[in-house]
Order: sequence, then structure tokens, then C-alpha cells
Amino acid sequence: MASLSRSLRRVPLSVWLAGLLALAIIAAAALSPLIAPFNPTDLTSFNLMDAELPPRFSAEGDPRFLLGTDNQGRDLLSAMLYGARVSILIGGGAVAIAAVVGVMLGLLAGYFGGWVDAVIMRIGDIILSFPTILLALLVAGVARMLFPAASSAEWAPIILVGAIAIHEWVQYARTVRAATMVESARDYVRAVKVIGLPSRQIMLRHILPNVMGPVLVIATINLAAAVLTEATLSFLGVGMPPTYPSLGTLIRIGNEFVFSGVWWIALFPALLLVLLVLGVNIVGDWLRDLFNPKLRGRG
Amino acid sequence: MLRFLIARLGQAALVMLAVAAVSFLMFRFVGDPVAGMVREDASVQEKAELRQALGLDQPVLVQFGRFLGRTIRGDFGVSYRNQRPVAALIAERLPATLELVLMATLLSLALGIPLGVLCALKPDGVAARLVQAVSLIGISTPTFVTGIVLILTFAVTLGLLPSFGRGQTVQLGPWSTGFLTVSGLKALVLPSITLALYQLTLIMRLVRSELIDVLSSDYIRFARARGLSLRRIHFTLALRNALMPVITVTGLQIGSLIAFAIVTETVFQWPGMGLLFIQAVSFSDVPVMAAYLLFVGLLFVLINTVVDLLYAVVDPRLRVKAS
Amino acid sequence: MSAAPILAIDALRIEYPLSEGGTLVAVEGATLTIAPGEIHALVGESGAGKTTIGNAVLGLLEKPGRIASGAIALDGKPFDPTKPGDIRLGRDIGAVFQDPMTSLNPLFTIESQIVETLRAHLPLDRRAARARALDLLRAVGMPEPERRLSAYPHQLSGGQRQRVVIACALACEPRLLVADEPTTALDVSIQAQILDLLRGLADERGIGILLVTHNMGVVAQIADTVTIMHRGHVVESGPVAQVLRRPQADYARALIGAVPRIDVRLDRFPMLDGVNQGNAETARTELRRRAGTQEIAAPAADAVPLLSVESLVVDYGAGLLSGRGSRAFRAVDGVSFEIRPGEVFGLVGESGCGKTTIANVVAGLRKPTGGTIRFDGKVIAGEAAAPRVGRARRAIQMIFQDPYSSLNARMRVGHILAEPILFYELARTRAEAAADVDLLVQAVGLPPETAQRFPHAFSGGQRQRLSIARALGARPRLIVCDEPTSSLDVSVQAQILNLLKDLRDATGLTLLLISHDLAVIRQMCDRVAVMRSGQIVEMEESETLFAAPKADYTRQLLALVPTLERIRGEADIRHGG
Repeated sequence: MASLSRSLRRVPLSVWLAGLLALAIIAAAALSPLIAPFNPTDLTSFNLMDAELPPRFSAEGDPRFLLGTDNQGRDLLSAMLYGARVSILIGGGAVAIAAVVGVMLGLLAGYFGGWVDAVIMRIGDIILSFPTILLALLVAGVARMLFPAASSAEWAPIILVGAIAIHEWVQYARTVRAATMVESARDYVRAVKVIGLPSRQIMLRHILPNVMGPVLVIATINLAAAVLTEATLSFLGVGMPPTYPSLGTLIRIGNEFVFSGVWWIALFPALLLVLLVLGVNIVGDWLRDLFNPKLRGRG
Repeated sequence: MLRFLIARLGQAALVMLAVAAVSFLMFRFVGDPVAGMVREDASVQEKAELRQALGLDQPVLVQFGRFLGRTIRGDFGVSYRNQRPVAALIAERLPATLELVLMATLLSLALGIPLGVLCALKPDGVAARLVQAVSLIGISTPTFVTGIVLILTFAVTLGLLPSFGRGQTVQLGPWSTGFLTVSGLKALVLPSITLALYQLTLIMRLVRSELIDVLSSDYIRFARARGLSLRRIHFTLALRNALMPVITVTGLQIGSLIAFAIVTETVFQWPGMGLLFIQAVSFSDVPVMAAYLLFVGLLFVLINTVVDLLYAVVDPRLRVKAS
Repeated sequence: MSAAPILAIDALRIEYPLSEGGTLVAVEGATLTIAPGEIHALVGESGAGKTTIGNAVLGLLEKPGRIASGAIALDGKPFDPTKPGDIRLGRDIGAVFQDPMTSLNPLFTIESQIVETLRAHLPLDRRAARARALDLLRAVGMPEPERRLSAYPHQLSGGQRQRVVIACALACEPRLLVADEPTTALDVSIQAQILDLLRGLADERGIGILLVTHNMGVVAQIADTVTIMHRGHVVESGPVAQVLRRPQADYARALIGAVPRIDVRLDRFPMLDGVNQGNAETARTELRRRAGTQEIAAPAADAVPLLSVESLVVDYGAGLLSGRGSRAFRAVDGVSFEIRPGEVFGLVGESGCGKTTIANVVAGLRKPTGGTIRFDGKVIAGEAAAPRVGRARRAIQMIFQDPYSSLNARMRVGHILAEPILFYELARTRAEAAADVDLLVQAVGLPPETAQRFPHAFSGGQRQRLSIARALGARPRLIVCDEPTSSLDVSVQAQILNLLKDLRDATGLTLLLISHDLAVIRQMCDRVAVMRSGQIVEMEESETLFAAPKADYTRQLLALVPTLERIRGEADIRHGG
């Protein structure tokens, strides 16, 4: 612990910058209704006459639209800020649900072992034998067929959160299970077992705080992965609808215009997406090395 | 060994059964299987007869049994969208995807392993830091963004390489290959780079961390104490230990690559299974979706099982324990 | 001493530059020499710098450590171990490390690991190297050497692996062998074989051996000369008999005095551990008053047993989903014994004999497969037992081996110690519990502010005191001590054992002491059971057992333990003087 807090004090500059970048994007996205020049979800605020205007700094740019407009005349910057908010909310939601479910199931599997463990981990094995993107596509696709409302702006985020979390919880469960098995065999847990504390108390008060380190790392890296998955689903057309676009939806829209030289609709949202994910990943990467004792102190 | 083999095959069969069940449920309950097979104006009477003829009035378990029987015979039903047998559609699209995945795997291994070794052996060197930084950008960039940027640069702006399709293909029996024509090979360049990039960073980072772990182990310390040359320690002893998990991950990644090919194929309009699947999703073409799931599931399970068995052959600890 | 020494270390200083600036001096002014055929022991407690010196000679200092000044010479030729030169690691200097389980690469056969060492240094073709490898395995006493050549490390036992490690070290006939705790991971009987092997190598081949160890018994048994280190400095150096019998330096005297003796039982370990003794005494009296224990008489033979274990059987891996199939492993096979109130009962045996399993069953951490356990007349484990949940567990508490894992690192000490007190409702309010915690902390000889701190602020010995305090907090009648001192330095071990004795005397506790260390058992226990392969081979009053062991196995164990008293060269029974 002592060495951990010492290394916390020696955060490299790149990690600071990455963290600040990610936080800045998250903050701008969260405040988008306040800081965005237009409201891209308000149909009355944009005009098809303004469609596909290039960014302000190019020759035919329009001073009203800093980063140009999309195919419907929406201000791209505003659409991006709102889009980032949607992406982050869905990614964060998926991570939160996956983490809570995964940590609980992992604790149970690792602590009790036996058939509880076998059932949970076999389900996890089966889920993990499919890549995130395929499973998410299936869930999102099937949901759309069963409920036509699933592609609406209200339901699509919930479907997306579920589609992503259904795969991601396994990773938490596996990690927490392994850590729980290690911790359960350690003497401080044996000591409270000898005392006779109830299992729930042992798991939540004693084991859980000691297995949260890796969970934090996975959650950070997963946030990046979940945002990417959401973007991919939206890009493939099973995510957020164009009326309420996420970053992925914007890139999907832009992709149709890439060949006609209208590069900004795809590229600016893509850049924002990559910057956001990169910032989170750099922090996550550093956290991972921090929690890996073999890598610690190797510069 | 036999025990291990049986256990492993049992697990594979279980997963396959689960996949088949999901696939069946989709086929049976998502959308109406009859609606896709009859004319728009078919009467209720006609529909009911067809329902009976298809056995849809039987208990669900019986239907599942029949579904399994049909599946094993290679009968995946008929696509709603273009009214052709799904098996034929998949067979047609398979070579495109597999060639793409093969190229991407080779690329990612050929570059990922040496770069990973470089980063592990000289972690503080300029090259290693640069590679590390680029790899972070690599895992932070979604496949479709990579694809779009590559298209913008090499196809739209420079006009060097084609941005969609497979180019000219040559038919070798049932297999259509793009490896034998110049345009086929040129068409393969951008998609395979796009698909490989993410896997490359993954393999590189895995090799790096495994190698760092192995290098700090006691037996490497002991190998140094025995006076073996550093080159031998690094490249023969440590790398062999570090590559064990790489085998597993590469195997698993071939599975993911097939899935990730969905995205790459969409960006490059590559006529593979992934494009077929994503079109099926947007048209609610359930038989194609179900068949794709089954087929990809089978591929995954096969690959995973082979990788596990391979692992057991390579790692003496498992090999001997099992016998 | 006429020939040039094989190894000469002169005024060695080893530093670790710290990333915060400044340096840590790990070794300062270390000087020693080793003659041909001499085994020189480098002993000390953890942090003494003994392993650092071994690593420095091998050129394997952990980064960023470096030799700041001083010289190392082999056969009179100075060399820099970190640079390739005339002296080569593996050819001129061989190394043996502590853990044979991890020293060998799991993916390569024994043959390839020995052959590659040979061929790295000698111009041998594959066949000649193979023949040489076979000779080496014979020389290190490997049974069936031909068959072992094609084996992988995991197919060998710990002792066999250590023989392979030694064979690798000897491959190119080095002048010097650096052996870093070569027997610490091994059982007593295997340890004796490996020590014999090392002694033989020194005597027959004239190899010099630098033996890094913490075990004074090992030193006494095979070393010719010894250097005692403390916090990076050489405290005392000389022939083994002289240093061990008549140590001059205070630290050397204290260290040797702290080694538990197997030849005679002492009342206490002779040492100065008088921190807060006054307070501790009062606190213990108070504890005893609260526990309401009756006057302690000497444990009488006819007393009603506090704990009685009858035909205990424990199987591992018998469960349906255990993954081991139907093959269960019987860890405890029909063990019966009784513990009388107020006595210290010892269970001793080598690793895997089932002693820890018994501790777990008695403490309620594991259910027995068969047999019954009665505590104070009531069945607590076995078929007729009521489930032991919650407060039913209070009377039996446990202390553990590893002081670094026995306290939850994320909780304050006060919280850890209060947990059993509150759970068993021994205090009505948190304030009362806190007062109890203060009392416990004092009773185990720690300062009052202890409760406010986290476990990482404490040393191994202090943590073990806290572990004892936690057990005492439940006001138990029996404490199961599972190897309570085997991961502690010997001087700390002496303090903890003294503490246990004091607490026992003050509160009338009954102890079940599990240990692999016969000397610790002799110093602590009233009665002893010797275990082997899940069964008790001999059970006896402690003094009787040590004076006149009846079972062959007990006699064999006693003969094999390296002890301080058995100094090489003086009445050496095993090497013929």
C-alpha cells in the first residue's frame, strides 16, 4: 500500500495530460446542452439549406458553423458534443452494469466454489467464446426484430447498454473470482471465518475491498472498449438513430459522403472519439501497470 | 490425455448445443418463419397448412431436434431476402472472409511478435516508447475509423489502391480466391491492414507483458547464473515460455477476426460473410442470421478446441499430467 | 590456508540508488575469504544483506543495485561480476537458489537444461554433453539418472529438482558455488541429503561454497567458517565452532541465544524484550480476570480433556465437482488425541503430513470426512455435530503462519481487533470494544496508538502480536497456532514464543501448536504428537519423547534436524570427524 500511494504521487506527465483530455471531453459532453451553439435534436434549429457546409476555416466555410454541418444542415460541433454525451452515457452505463453484476457473480463463484462456481463460469465461458461485437450485434439485431420500438431514441440506449454489458460482465467475474479465491485462502479471511462472521459480511467487508484494485483497472479499460463497441454498433446501423446520433452514428452518416470529398462529417466525430478513448486508455494502461507488481518500479 | 480430450470435446459440444439453441430460438420465434416463405396474399388456410408441413405445430423440443437434424445435413433454410438457400450463400461468401482473416492474422503475427519482444527487452528505449505510444493509439481507434482514414488517404486522395470489393477473383473449384490476380491482391491490402491493426497491438502488448513476466522469473535468473548467453536466454528460453499464451490468444483472435470482419467488410464493401450478416440484420433476414451464428459458433468452437489441444501438446506440464 | 583463497571479498559496499534521491546502503565493508574445500556460511536475519552479497558475486544484483566500492577476487584474480571477462558465471562460479520449484524452466527437459549449460562453456558435441550430463546426475545422487534425463521439471520431487539445479551448477566444474538458502524450501529429511551432498562436493572436489542461510542449525552442521551479518554489516566472522560457542559481539550472542534448542528445554528464551513489560503484565492480569479462568494448576494427567479428537479422517478432492475425478486424497487418516485444559499440545511433522489439516478442522475451517471432535464434552465436528455458526465458534480461535496476510490491509488495526469483540457481543458499545482493544494491544506488548494505524505500518513480528491479540479478543479457551513463527526471523520468533508462554501462564489458555520445527515444539509443548502421512506415529509427554523417542520415524527426524549443538568437527557423528 505504501508503495502504491508513492507511485500515485509520481504520475507521469503523459498520464496527467491524457486524464485531463478525457475529463475535458467528458465534461464538455455532459455540459453539451449549455455550451453547444445549437441543439441538434431540435428539428427547428437547423435547415436543410445549410447541409454539408465545410468547416469555418476552409474557403467556403460558414461563420456560424465552426466545424461545418452534416447532411441535414446540423451544426457538426453541436452534434458531436451531444453525440459524445450519448456515447459516454451508454458506455458508462454498460460498464456500471457489467461491473456490478460481474463483481457480485465473481465474488460468489470465488468464495463458494463448487457448483455455484461451475454454473457461473460455464455461462461466462460460453459468452466469452463469442466476440463482443458479434454478441452485441445479435442482441441489438434481435431486439429490433422483436420490438420495433427498440430503434427509437428512447429505447436504443437501453438496448445498447444491455448488448454491451452482456459480454463485458464475464471479464469482471473472472478477475474477481480469481482474486477472491486467492484472498479466501489468505489468513485474514481464514481468521474471520474462524471467528464465524456470516459469509455475506466476509465477502462484502473483507474480500471486496481487497479485490477492487483490478476491478478499477478493468472498468477504466472497459469504458474505452464499451464506447468503441457502441460506436461500432451505431456505425453498423444497429445503434442510435440519426435523429439522436451518437459519435458512431455521425461517423456512419459521414462515411456515405467520404467519396464526394465531404470528409469532415466523418473525420471530426472520429477524431473526438479516438481522443476520448485514447485518453481513457492511457489512464487505464498506467493503472494496470501500477497494479501489476511485476511491472512496478520498472519505469 | 484421453480424459482431457474427452472433457474438452464435451465442453465444445455443450457450447455448440447452446449456440444451436440460441440459433433455433431466433429462427423459430424472431419473425415468422412462414411469412418469409409464402406469397404476400396467402390465405390463413394456406399458412396453416404450411405451418403443419414445416412441423411448426409440434412441441418445441421436437422442433429443436428436427432443427438440429437439418443443421447437421447442412440445410439452413432459405434466405428471406433473396430466396436462395442460406448454405449456398455462406459457401459463396466464405472464401472472401477467410482470405481476409488469414492475411490479417499473418500480418499481426509477423509484426506483433518482434515489436512485443523489442518493447520487453528495451523498455526504456526510444523505439519501444514510440511503439508503445502508437499501440495505444492503435487500440483506441475503432476499426471503421482506421478503414475510413485509409480509404481517404490511399483511395480517395492518392488513388493508389481500390477502396471496395475484392478485385478480380479466380475460381478454384468451389473456392474463389483473390490471391492470384494483381487486382485481387491490391484489393486485399487496405482491408487486411485495417483488420490486422487492432490484433497487432493486442499481440504486441501480450508478448511484451508475458516476456516481462517471464524475464523476472527464477528460472531465467538461474539461466543467467548458469552463464548462458543473453541472446539464448531471451530468444530461445524466455520467448518460448512467453509465446505459450500467445498461441491461445492468436487462436481466439482468429475467431474475433471473423467477427470483426463484419465491420471491415462493411467499410470496404468486401463481399464476405460479415457483409452478408450485417445486411441480414438490417433486413431482419432471420435464416441468414441464425445460420451465420451457427457457422461462426462452430468455427470458434473448432478453433478454441484445437488451440487448447495444441496447447496441451506444446506444454509438457499439461501433456504429462494428462497422460 | 597456504593456497590462495578461492573467493576473496574485500570491503564490499553495495548501494541501491533510490528514485526519490539518496541511496540505500545494503552492504557496507563486507570482507570474507573462502579456501578450497571450505564451506563458508553467510548468516543473518532478513535485511542483513547476506543474499545481496551472494547476488553481487553472481553479478545478479537486482536493478538498480550496484557495487559501489570494494573488490571481489576468484583464485586471486579480481573481477567484475557484471562484465563478461576471464571469470565466467556458470563455468567458474555455479549458483544454487532457494526454490527448486521455480529455478528450472518448465518447458525444457532436464537433459536439455544441463546440456545447454555444458555447451555454453565447453567445446562438447551433443553426445559427449549427454554423457557428461548423466555423470553429473549420478554425482549428485539422482536415482535412475538415465530415466530422469528425459523428464520435465514438474515430474521430479523438490529434492530431485534441487539435485538437478546443483548438477547444472557443477556442470563445468566451477571453483566456487554460491548456494542461496539451498534447503529452505525442503523438508528436514531432504534437507539432510542435500546438505550431505554439498559437504561431499567441498570435501571431494575442493570446491569452495558460499552458503547463504538464515538457519543456524545448517551452519553448525556443514559449514567450516561463518560470517554473521546484521543490517549490511559484518558483525562477527570466524570458524564455526568458535563463533557459535563463544560469540563475542552482542548481536551475535543475542542471535545465537534466540535459536530454539532441541537438547534441553528452557523456561524462556534468554533475551531482552522488555518493551512495556510493566503495562503488559497489568493488562494480562486484567484479561485473565475478565476471562474468569480458574486458578491454573499444572496440567494434570487425569484432567477432563478440553478437546478430544477421535478417529479423525479428512479426504481432499472427494467432491463431485472437484475436478480430480474420483481419486480422493486422504490427508488425515484416523487420528485421535486429547488436549487437557491449560496444556500446550504440539503436532509436529514434515510438510504434507496432515497437521495443518487438523488445525483447520479443529478451528472449524473444514469439515471432517469422518470421526468426531468434542470440545468441553460437546460434539463440535463429526456426524452428530450441530452446525458451528456464529457465536458457537468463540471458544476456539486461531493464529496463522503468514503475518503479512493474516491482517486485512484495508482495515485499521483497531477495527480488525474490535471485530470479534463486537461480533461475539463481548462489549456492549463501540467505546467498550475500543477499551478492550487497548487492553489487548498492551497485553501483547505494543504501544497504545497501535489501534489507529493500518497493518502495513507494522513489522512481521508486530503483526503476529496483533494476530494473537485478535484471537485473545474473543476470550477463547483454546487457541490453534498454525506454524505461528515459521515465517519470522529467529530473534522475532523467540519474542513471539515468549509472548505465547507469558500469555498462557497469565490467562490459563490452552494451546494447540502446529509446527515442523522440533526445537520449537520442545521449547513450547507439554505433550507432543508426531505425524507422518496423515497418522500419528508417536504421542508422548514432550520431555519423554525428546529424551527417549520410541518410534523409528521420530528417531530419524531427531537425527536429521541440523542443530546448533551438532557442530561440525566436534563429535560429528555423520561425517566421521
